[in-house]
Amino acid sequence: MRLAEAWRVALEALRANRLRSMLTMLGVIIGVAAVVALVAIGTGTKQQIENQVEGLGSNLLLVVPGRIEAGSAPTSSPLTLDDIDAINRVVGDRTRVAVTIASGETVRAGSRTRFASMQGVLETTPTVFVRNLDRGTYLTRTDVSTGRRVAVLGAGTARDLFGDRDPIGRQITIGGVRFRVIGVFEPLGQSLGVDRDGEVHVPVTAAQRLLGTERIDGIAIRAPDRERIGELSDAVVATLAERHPDTDFSAVTQEQILGVLGDILGVLTGVLAAIAGISLLVGGVGVSNIMLVSVRERTKEIGLRKAVGARPRDIGVQFLLEAVLLTTTGGILGMALGAGTALLVDGLSPVPAALTWWSMTLAFGVSAAVGIVFGVVPAQRAGRLDPVVALRTE
Amino acid sequence: MTAAIVADDVSRTYELDGVSVPALRGVSLTVEAGDYVAIVGTSGSGKSTLMHLLGGLDRPTGGTLLIGGRDVSKLTPDEMAELRNTTIGFVFQSFHLLARTTAQDNVGLPLVYRGIGRRERRERAAAMLGRVGLAHRVTHRPNQMSGGEQQRVAIARALVTGPSVLLADEPTGNLDSATGQSVLALLESLNADGVAVVLVTHDRDVAARAHRQIVMKDGLISAAG
Ligand SMILES: Nc1ncnc2c1ncn2[C@@H]1O[C@H](COP(=O)(O)OP(=O)(O)O)[C@@H](O)[C@H]1O
Ligand SMILES: [Mg+2]
Repeated sequence: MRLAEAWRVALEALRANRLRSMLTMLGVIIGVAAVVALVAIGTGTKQQIENQVEGLGSNLLLVVPGRIEAGSAPTSSPLTLDDIDAINRVVGDRTRVAVTIASGETVRAGSRTRFASMQGVLETTPTVFVRNLDRGTYLTRTDVSTGRRVAVLGAGTARDLFGDRDPIGRQITIGGVRFRVIGVFEPLGQSLGVDRDGEVHVPVTAAQRLLGTERIDGIAIRAPDRERIGELSDAVVATLAERHPDTDFSAVTQEQILGVLGDILGVLTGVLAAIAGISLLVGGVGVSNIMLVSVRERTKEIGLRKAVGARPRDIGVQFLLEAVLLTTTGGILGMALGAGTALLVDGLSPVPAALTWWSMTLAFGVSAAVGIVFGVVPAQRAGRLDPVVALRTE
Repeated sequence: MTAAIVADDVSRTYELDGVSVPALRGVSLTVEAGDYVAIVGTSGSGKSTLMHLLGGLDRPTGGTLLIGGRDVSKLTPDEMAELRNTTIGFVFQSFHLLARTTAQDNVGLPLVYRGIGRRERRERAAAMLGRVGLAHRVTHRPNQMSGGEQQRVAIARALVTGPSVLLADEPTGNLDSATGQSVLALLESLNADGVAVVLVTHDRDVAARAHRQIVMKDGLISAAG
């Protein structure tokens, strides 16, 4: 009964000062909304990147010259197609091995040009990575072995060069050399603001001739099964080390990449949430202030309640409930605002956002806790008021 | 039967900015069950200070004070609250009703702190409002009532827990004389029903109708009888 009365009085006090209650809540609303929205954006970005890495297909092993370490300079690659023959023997299945030599090139079709990422590749690329064609066909083994000047366009490249026209069979030039378009990829979209559809695949041999080099930049292998991926990785690195004693080689699995990316984005999300949390704390200080004002305003009421038998804790609970009601109402409104913002961002901008229950629950829990923490001092002050002093106050 | 309140050489000194103000300087007084005591005296003589002590709203700085047989110097704040809730009913000069709250809920307020449910609180409050002649004002708010009606609500609130003593500090001070007379008549009828009443008043005629009169002067009882 005492608790019910405390609830009723707390609600009544907030209702009687609607504008002030709203303004006080605003700090909490903004804090909670910021936490929810920023965590949603962090989580959405993380999920998107993870999906993209997973979209590469499972059991993928990437091998590049040099060490994969922060601050290490890129090593110029000593790898050639002869090395690929050796690796094919190690793997035992040439359809599981892909290569790339990449170069940014100006691509022209008629009067239209765009800058695109030219990738010199083997015909195995669509099986090693999961890449689907929208139209036409992919490179063949013969295209690669003869260095035929045929090209498969990324969806963005195709759109920019040909608009609504069908590019299949048409001529383009890459770095001034003529190629014939034989296929177009399905669109991939963007990640972190980078267009992933701005590429052109050509036979690795044609790319090497265009660039006047024998080198390839990296190797990707789809391991037959997950258990043997480590074993395979060691064998490949050993083979390459034997053939190029002066170069270090690094192999990373898709899972390792996912792990590192996940860690980085997790920390980033945490930092964003912490910054937003600070604004929640500032909101809490506002609540504390208003509660102190409220206690002072209602000194006489407190005195009267004590005079008719309220214990210190009855009064304390009443004011604590008022503070908690303020912050949790603010918390609920903030959750709605944050979720709405996240959905808007997700729908209207390229930035992805994914709402998570844990961030909503956490933000709400924190707002309730803020109410308790910042309500305690005013509540204690109210509870300890001397009835006579309180009643004599005019 | 034990006396409702026993004060023995009770004093109360206020500390104001380092200066000691002795408002009560050793007062002894017994309020028997069913008693009717009138306290008179000039302004500043310590009447309110004494009433606050008798009502458990404040504690003496010297002497012994028993309320309902219990020594207030040995009571915790929670026990004092219980004492104020159950044993004492207090009526103030300025009513001290909660604004925005109906007469019924004002009267039921002490029952909240007894843990009594809303339905029963309202029933008992309505009955008590009937007892003070306000059956027609149950759902009115203080600003919809006259001063005399507000003071009756305050009296009903003081009585709703069934206390043994009703303390009224100048209950007619804010009322015109006709209204004041009817409030005093109400207090007298309550006393006739067995509730001990301690009344601070400036009205000699009223004081004369009490069982006993106490005259306060400079923090002391200058005459009793
Ligand atoms: N809280 C207080 N602090 C300091 N002095 C007080 C306080 N309350 C009352 N007094 C002083 O105590 C004396 C008695 O006051 P009070 O009991 O209110 O007298 P009365 O009710 O007879 O007019 C006065 O001198 C008054 O100024
Ligand atoms: Mg007085």
